[in-house]
Amino acid sequence: MLLETRSLDAGYGRFRALFGVDIRVDAGECVAIIGANGAGKSTLMRSIAGVLPNAPEMILHQGEPIGALSAAAILQRGIAMVPEGRRLFPSLSVEENLLIGGQKRRGNGQWTLDSIYALFPILREKRSMPGTALSGGQQQMVAIGRALMSNPELLLCDEISLGLAPVVIRDIYAALPRIRETGAAVIVVEQDITQALRVADRVYCLMEGRVTLSGTPAELTREAIHSAYFGGHA
Amino acid sequence: MIWLDTIVQGILLGGLYALFATGLSLVFGIMRLVNLAHGDMIVLAAYLILVLVTGLGLSPWLAVLIAAPLMFALGWLLQRVVLNRVLGPDILPPLLVTFGLSIAIQNALLEGFSADSRRIPNPDLEGASVALGPVTVGVMPVLTFASAVLVIVILNRVIYGTPLGRSFRATSDDPVTAGLMGIEPMKVFAVATGIAMMVVTVAALYLGTRANFDPAIGPARLIYAFQAVIIGGLGSLWGTLAGGVIIGVAQTLGAAVNPEWQILAGHLAFLLVLLIRPRGLFPRARD
Repeated sequence: MLLETRSLDAGYGRFRALFGVDIRVDAGECVAIIGANGAGKSTLMRSIAGVLPNAPEMILHQGEPIGALSAAAILQRGIAMVPEGRRLFPSLSVEENLLIGGQKRRGNGQWTLDSIYALFPILREKRSMPGTALSGGQQQMVAIGRALMSNPELLLCDEISLGLAPVVIRDIYAALPRIRETGAAVIVVEQDITQALRVADRVYCLMEGRVTLSGTPAELTREAIHSAYFGGHA
Repeated sequence: MIWLDTIVQGILLGGLYALFATGLSLVFGIMRLVNLAHGDMIVLAAYLILVLVTGLGLSPWLAVLIAAPLMFALGWLLQRVVLNRVLGPDILPPLLVTFGLSIAIQNALLEGFSADSRRIPNPDLEGASVALGPVTVGVMPVLTFASAVLVIVILNRVIYGTPLGRSFRATSDDPVTAGLMGIEPMKVFAVATGIAMMVVTVAALYLGTRANFDPAIGPARLIYAFQAVIIGGLGSLWGTLAGGVIIGVAQTLGAAVNPEWQILAGHLAFLLVLLIRPRGLFPRARD
């Protein structure tokens, strides 16, 4: 098993957003986390990425406790994150945004500037522009490329389709199979259930900080998802 | 011709103020920290150079090469041990801590060196001058200005052309996301303060060789540095040089009219720029 959370409680100060969340991710797997606004999806991502500190044993990477490690230390272990809202660095160009993602890269993996430009050709044309001057979809490409530059074995994608047009979302998700070809596992946080079910090997549904449903897309019925997503009965 | 000479002298004096201000600008630009002890750190570095020159018989130029890494280490430690603990959304704690540091440095220097004025001996260049077309200028003021330009060129190369500089800019933009890139903001801040203290050492060399100094003059240097940074626009190093030159020229012009107006003229120029361009001459887009 690549990553596991065990009874993960997390929050912000006195406010708790997650209550005993258990998920697991195997090597090379694509796991989708679905749930409504405020369900705790981003808190789960931020906890795994080391942005929110936790008790060490609440998050295990290859069996080792990593819950209390810093974001920098988590990246060194091969877990990279595409944060919600892209969060590109405004004072860096597109290329510099990509380069800074690889500044602490692990070993000699396959992701380089050239392979990122091959994945998202438009970025080569825009390489000298400030990252924040790009369209939303292009910014998302930079954010994904920036995370890939560290050669991760687990990529955390937090709401990568949020605020984007359907045609742009399709382009972004078209890159996912090529990312998985490298052997990397992916956790995708999505509010778009159809999109999540299309790309994921396994799905977890969160509601009010708790896992209310899990399984493979084939196992999950529309009614069960509706009930787990919104509560009550379909 | 006198006015041309006055303006040239003012421009060269601006180089000294730019050196005072560059370290302050760098630290503010990266971590939004206003170091109220910055002027006292310049004076501390001047005393360090003085000790190396008078105690070990070194030339001031060699002394500054020894003092600069020592000041880097001091800045790095200061940031790691003290300032990183008080950085946060509230700007008051770092202001209070650096204000306290300012007082502590002044009193420590007073205890160690007394209130007597000192000067770093520099017999080779002290009175040397050179003709620049129709005006004659001192070699030390020219070296001061050239050093300011060189320091800014080097810092800009570091900031815009190296991975360290990328880390500086990314951390300045968004320290949390910088953490996701494997950057540890607290370490970046410590390196930035270390570099600022190396610039402070260069400033101290020219402060101490061109005029007398004593433990109490730090706060006035801080004010000149602040004015240069604010006139230039927060976070812009070339703007800081422009700010230093404006204050320098205003001071020499003021002094030419009436020697008592030198300092006042600098402050009035600062207020005038602030009235016309409240964000400074070359503000960074996001500040």
